[in-house]
Amino acid sequence: MTFEQMQRRAISEWEALEQSSVPRILVGAATCGRAAGAGAVIEALQTGLRQQGLEATITQVGCIGLCYAEPLVDIIKPSRPRICYSNVTPQIVTQLIEDYLIKDDPRPDLALGTIGDGSVEGIPKFFELPVLKPQVRIILRHCGFIDPTNINHYLANGGYSGLVKALQMSPQEIIQEIKKSGLRGRGGAGFPTGQKWEFCRNASGEPKYIVCNADEGDPGAFMNRSLLEGDPHSVLEGMLIGAYTIGASEGYIYCRAEYPLALERLDTAIKQMETNNLLGDNILGSHFSFHLKIKEGAGAFVCGEETALMASVEGRRGMPRSRPPFPANSGLWGKPTNINNVETWGSVAAILQKGAEWYSGYGTERSKGTKTFSLVGKVERTGLIEVPLGITLREIIYNIGGGVVEGKQFKGVQTGGPSGGCLSSDFLDIPIDYESLARAGSIMGSGGMIVMDENTCIVDTAHYFLDFVQRESCGKCVPCRVGTRQMLDILERITKGQGQPGDIEQLQRLAETVRDGSLCALGGTAPNPVLTTIRYFCNEYEAHIDQKRCPALVCKELISYYILPDKCQGCMICLRNCPVEAISGGKRMTHVIDQSKCTKCGTCLDVCPPRFNAVVKVSGEQVVVPQRPAAVSASS
Amino acid sequence: MVEQIENMLASYKGEKGGLIPMLQKVQQRLGYLSPEAVSQIAKLLNISESEIFGVASFYAQFRFTPSGEHSVKVCLGTACHVRGGVRILETVERELNIVPGGTTQDYKFSLERVACFGCCALAPVMVIDKEVYGRMAPAKAKQILAEY
Ligand SMILES: Cc1cc2nc3c(=O)[nH]c(=O)nc-3n(C[C@H](O)[C@H](O)[C@H](O)COP(=O)(O)O)c2cc1C
Ligand code: FES
Repeated sequence: MTFEQMQRRAISEWEALEQSSVPRILVGAATCGRAAGAGAVIEALQTGLRQQGLEATITQVGCIGLCYAEPLVDIIKPSRPRICYSNVTPQIVTQLIEDYLIKDDPRPDLALGTIGDGSVEGIPKFFELPVLKPQVRIILRHCGFIDPTNINHYLANGGYSGLVKALQMSPQEIIQEIKKSGLRGRGGAGFPTGQKWEFCRNASGEPKYIVCNADEGDPGAFMNRSLLEGDPHSVLEGMLIGAYTIGASEGYIYCRAEYPLALERLDTAIKQMETNNLLGDNILGSHFSFHLKIKEGAGAFVCGEETALMASVEGRRGMPRSRPPFPANSGLWGKPTNINNVETWGSVAAILQKGAEWYSGYGTERSKGTKTFSLVGKVERTGLIEVPLGITLREIIYNIGGGVVEGKQFKGVQTGGPSGGCLSSDFLDIPIDYESLARAGSIMGSGGMIVMDENTCIVDTAHYFLDFVQRESCGKCVPCRVGTRQMLDILERITKGQGQPGDIEQLQRLAETVRDGSLCALGGTAPNPVLTTIRYFCNEYEAHIDQKRCPALVCKELISYYILPDKCQGCMICLRNCPVEAISGGKRMTHVIDQSKCTKCGTCLDVCPPRFNAVVKVSGEQVVVPQRPAAVSASS
Repeated sequence: MVEQIENMLASYKGEKGGLIPMLQKVQQRLGYLSPEAVSQIAKLLNISESEIFGVASFYAQFRFTPSGEHSVKVCLGTACHVRGGVRILETVERELNIVPGGTTQDYKFSLERVACFGCCALAPVMVIDKEVYGRMAPAKAKQILAEY
């Protein structure tokens, strides 16, 4: 079958679906959707339709990005706009079937928005919602729209036309096109992709390899997972274009084991490519042959680093080595190798399909195009977003994200994961591009964006990241292995209220040594979270060190819980729930926490009925309460 | 046993960089890397057992002791951390009376801490076997454990 025939077949399947005479139901069933309960929703849909004797198709699609509103269910009735319903439960499914499918009441009260042509009274346009309006969907264009397990859906929406175009160009022309697009690596460092490909193209050695880095080790980031689950073929098309350009005949996708669904989607997609002559020998009848294998990671953050990744693919301990030689000259098994991130590959397919000029129309002078971010932490609308580079943090956090949870005070935002930094509110108006973030002391990284509020302790956060890199340090070089341990020890002391004058300076000195002396970027960037937090939140360090106080009330050794006798009604709920039996009291007796037994788990604060509000958490202050339970006074 | 392991690994023969996939296969089937399996792989690949141990011990995924019937994993990634993942872990530790890396005496549960499942938008997250539970709270985690 020729590509044109394949495409025609796919388009007719897609059109038949669009003109379907029965309702179509799309359920967001990526890992995030499933964690929110999409499985039960799908079951309820199946049962409900059966019970009512209704015909409809149910399609599981990838994540559209609005994870906070999941489970998401979209209903498309014939000749009606697509309506997206949020926070759907099995009970809501029953209502939607009865009210909308049977009685034709679209239930605007349950709807989030309409997608596509036409409108429904009382329901806003989906893409006009504040969370979506500032977004531009290039990489995520198909996520939530197509069935990721059906190659025809991808083909019908322009899929693999970038490859077809590339096969008619010379490798040099493609490199020029990628250079012209301004695309920079999305895995963290932002190296220009066209230039990287050129190095590998010009390197001598056979065979050449390409690798897709799907290790996504940055904790708190899930951009790559979403793309692989929602639109795997777009990444694979990018890889084919890259392989053809570079002259690679073999490729690997290194995907972390914590992503079982992404691995499954990739496996399905690769099999479909094989049966459609998009993989293997003489792809689409050309002279280009390419073979692709999935390698599953085994749980080591450092394996996201390219030289460690290659060691791991070769079946060894995933330890980085010094560069040069760069992978372009000596990579997998000593052969020229080109490694790019999932999102970089995904962008390539879009650039070839629609042109470099169109792509570089988005973004800033030096940071072109769009970037996905996982917007998480203490923000109202958590999820996956795609924005043109150059947008401000404020626009992301407040307009897209809807601000900080529960109206709390914004404290800072962490970008770039363990290699990045924490930025304070002073930076809300800087444009997000590679250079501006670096100037602020952070990095773009792969796209993790974690919002912190007044209840997040900055010193604890720095401790968290250092603990992470210290655990993940491979141990090969001394500055990283020993330096991060030393820094961690100091931070541990500070969070335990044993900080001393001079600790901050000592941390800064150690940070310099670790940064300058480490073999790979894991150690080289490990001090960033500590340095930026010292730079922008020094007063919080000082509160811990000088006053033995944790202003955010997080560091366990520095906080205490008390039960206020004038508020306690002796309901015994906290007493019964305390896991260590540290609370004494009785019915209608005010309760007392034995501070020597208390493990500061916070259960009492959680369970105390809000109408009493008798448990308080304090730091750096003494609350005077009775030592023994007493009768609840009549007045209260 | 030997035959079973041999069958398991037959398809990896001659694969470049096949050691880690082999270890993963064994662990997936047996739940851990048994001494018999390690020695079998050593023979197959013609490398020493210590070399295999060196590779396996580098990666967090591999374990050398049998695991419980259900694997409980609590996320301590950044998003889960700021949203209270530690409290979920503490709750599970208390309920099962084990620490991460441990297995209950009746071999019903094994507990692990993991740095991110990619479900960060629904933090804090807990995973039992293949089921991912988002938007956890200590009380909810307790309730879910009780269902197993
Ligand atoms: C400790 C460490 C971890 C890394 N983890 C990842 C990762 O998970 N995914 C990724 O794409 N790049 C990661 N990188 C960056 C890679 O080394 C490499 O630069 C990247 O895959 C290149 O792709 P790009 O040019 O498309 O960005 C990591 C780097 C370091 C130092
Ligand atoms: S941080 Fe817990 S799932 Fe990502």
